[in-house]
Amino acid sequence: MEHTADAEHHGGGTKEVIKLTFILSIPTVIELALGFAMMGMEQGSSLKLAIKGTIVILMMAKAFYIVGYFMHLKHEVKNLIMTIVVPLLLFVWFITAFLSDGNSFKNLKNTYDPHKKELSTQKVEKKEEVKETKTEEKKKAVE
Amino acid sequence: MSTTTTAVPEKLWSGGKSPFKVEYGKLMMWYFLMSDAFTFGAFLIAYGTTRFATNGWPNPNEVFKSYPFAGENANAPLVFVSIMTFILIISSVTMVLAVQAGQQMNKNKVVINLILTILGGAAFLSCQAWEWNHLFHEGAWWGRNPFLNADGTASTTNFTNFFFTITGFHGFHVFSGVIINIIMLIMTLTDKFEKRGHYLMIEKAGLYWHFVDLVWVFVFTCFYLI
Repeated sequence: MEHTADAEHHGGGTKEVIKLTFILSIPTVIELALGFAMMGMEQGSSLKLAIKGTIVILMMAKAFYIVGYFMHLKHEVKNLIMTIVVPLLLFVWFITAFLSDGNSFKNLKNTYDPHKKELSTQKVEKKEEVKETKTEEKKKAVE
Repeated sequence: MSTTTTAVPEKLWSGGKSPFKVEYGKLMMWYFLMSDAFTFGAFLIAYGTTRFATNGWPNPNEVFKSYPFAGENANAPLVFVSIMTFILIISSVTMVLAVQAGQQMNKNKVVINLILTILGGAAFLSCQAWEWNHLFHEGAWWGRNPFLNADGTASTTNFTNFFFTITGFHGFHVFSGVIINIIMLIMTLTDKFEKRGHYLMIEKAGLYWHFVDLVWVFVFTCFYLI
């Protein structure tokens, strides 16, 4: 019965759950609003990058609340928190290393393989028509 | 809780007691989820690396712009996926309520909230099934990519491969979560937990379910927003 006493002590009850629902919903709504705001913007503009950064920060905040409060990790013993969180710190290195590696690979390709770079800048015009005729064919087939 | 830990901090490792103060199953669920986080992380980082290494990429707002019963010319980016996101958040909330009801040994409340969680999971899976079906009929599948890059250049199949692999792996987790929750519901209804005197099993299922929600936060951001 010690367990139920503990649960009441840090479980929070329905009020905290409602509060958490808002804490998770509000960043989601902001993220969506930013997503809509981003639509008209130029690809790769600095404002767009800043918005993407904001979205990532909001994502991390949501992740913190889900793990800390829904999954209750924040109320566990410190030893347990450390065995879970410290290994996950590897992700900091993974993300930094792999993303910059991908970026460097792209730059190398663009520098030393100009043919491929030229191919990647050619716009596709015929594909649209093909797609349209395909859907038309499909419609005919359905009819 | 915090008072008990601060009162005997140095004695936690002196033996004779549980240094983590959780039972075996819950600790192992945490470790399993940690390994699962690395799996999902590896997938998402591979996706990110490929995206950083590619000159162009399709605009998600042009790819994911349809919703059920919309017809051919639907243009509502982000709308359907935000519904899916909220379904998962709400089902996570009902799972928390089920866990809390279990701590209070309130069987009826556990049953109601578990049923709501299962319904939420099933609704999410239905949404995903519709979206996959829709994309498949647009010509997208593993190895096939009908979409162009945002700047109008030809795109590679990396886009669809990563999308279907990662959302598929996540959907498989949701599916397993629904099955686990159905088992929990059956065990609750047959009074298994009442006889044991605790509902700790629901807490472990809850951990898994929240993890599924957590992964969706990342998948949703990486594929639909950024």
